[in-house]
Amino acid sequence: MNGTPKIIIRNLNVSIGKQQILRNINVQVPENKITVLLGPSGCGKTTLLKTLNRLTDLYEDVNLKGSIIIDNEDILNTNSDITMLRKKMGLLSQRPYPLPMSIFDNVAYGLRISGIRKKKILQEKVRHYLEQASLWDEVFDRLKDPASKLSIGQQQRLCLARGLAVDPEIILADEPTSALDPISSQAIEEKFMELKQNYTIVVVTHILRQARRIADHVVFMYLGDVIEQGPAAEIFSNPKMDRTKQYFKGAFN
Amino acid sequence: MKFKKTEETFFRWLMILSTSVIVAGLLLIISSIIYKGLPALSWEMLSQTPKGGFYFGKEGGILNAIIGSLYLSVGATFLALLIGLPVALYMNIFLKKHNRIVNIIRFFLDLSWGIPSIVYGAFGFTMMIYFGLQSSLLAGMITVSLFIIPIMIRAMDEVLKTVPIGLMEASFSLGSTKSETAFKVFLKQCFTGLVTAILLSFGRAIGDAASVLFTTGYTDNIPQSLGEPTATLPLAIFFQLSSPIPEVKARAYASALVLTVIILIISISARLLSKRYNKHKIKF
Repeated sequence: MNGTPKIIIRNLNVSIGKQQILRNINVQVPENKITVLLGPSGCGKTTLLKTLNRLTDLYEDVNLKGSIIIDNEDILNTNSDITMLRKKMGLLSQRPYPLPMSIFDNVAYGLRISGIRKKKILQEKVRHYLEQASLWDEVFDRLKDPASKLSIGQQQRLCLARGLAVDPEIILADEPTSALDPISSQAIEEKFMELKQNYTIVVVTHILRQARRIADHVVFMYLGDVIEQGPAAEIFSNPKMDRTKQYFKGAFN
Repeated sequence: MKFKKTEETFFRWLMILSTSVIVAGLLLIISSIIYKGLPALSWEMLSQTPKGGFYFGKEGGILNAIIGSLYLSVGATFLALLIGLPVALYMNIFLKKHNRIVNIIRFFLDLSWGIPSIVYGAFGFTMMIYFGLQSSLLAGMITVSLFIIPIMIRAMDEVLKTVPIGLMEASFSLGSTKSETAFKVFLKQCFTGLVTAILLSFGRAIGDAASVLFTTGYTDNIPQSLGEPTATLPLAIFFQLSSPIPEVKARAYASALVLTVIILIISISARLLSKRYNKHKIKF
């Protein structure tokens, strides 16, 4: 473990119907670092990510056991408002899902529902977060345009800006570059490197090279188990488990 | 290989044929309405109430039925919207994870879609007797809304179903509640489709004769309040068509033409209107 843990996952078991998706997961996510959930497709990375902000609640027959502790609160066994919990975490999904409204309103959406109504403040904040996501220069003259008019890469950055606008502490990203072209992917990766000073970032990926580029902390998963985890430098230079070694060699994807 | 090609050609022609039959049938209906109805149509017919009733009256017009039908179907569609939209949103957002329950609801809605409208009419009539009401515009509105609610809900449901779960996740992870997701995201995304669903129900409401037969009653006057009986276009057509007098029979086609044109005008204007709100829709 390097740094203080922001998220502590203890004995997490997730099943959908009769199928066990995650087995006995124990993971610590360090604060203000990029943690990469690495592993081949279908190993449960995305499920683990969605469990973190309880988006698993949207799916039928999902059964969660164990605990996930964020800021001293077990989010799986809590009475507090899930809406507030989700607000703490920005989400970037595999492909961007902009809201069906203008570019401006997309970023302002989260601000408005948390009660900010003053036009001037909204304008300032929207500009600030669009700049943070390196999108301002491309859209400042067409903020009223529908978000759907943007390119996929721009939409993903818009989703980042929109997520940052609700002032989260954690950013969850589920293969955020998988639908993007190389240049947009690079832009997102660079953004993450910058953002990690202020945010705890959890990125799901199956791209080994991407993991090497951005990871501070690596959690390697395989078929619902965490095989190995630790600081990126350690894991990449000296993997201990056979599965990890095989994966790094490219024996499977 | 030869067989596959023949098979392909055969089915292609089969599809062309069945499409043509449908289109031809529709054109035939519309052209016969125009052909028989247009000569009988006059300004007098549109602007006056009937003289001597629909059954025998060669004079006067159908203004009371036009206005009655509009009142009735606008009112019924509005009532149905008040109930239908929340149900459709509830099924697709609040019950998202309870697929089984939603499918049971869908099943029952589909069943009630299949119930003939005369049954709704009879039900409405029974209720009216129970509550001691007479045939009136309000009773008709309620009955017709009962009959179009399942249609509206299922049409809206089909539209809301197409919203990808990713958009819902995006909305939730921004800290929106389920109602905010429903009213700020889903409504915007599905606006055109929902308008179409409302139109579909409106079309059913204005065109149905059986459910209003007992409940709305019949009169030669334009209704002044919700408590009065009201004439409707489908019933006017029904009475005129069964009349032994040829001139009155011709007027039935004119009334049908008026009904068709009303539906056309409302469809086109609603579509134009909703197009303006469509530009933000995300295409997946």
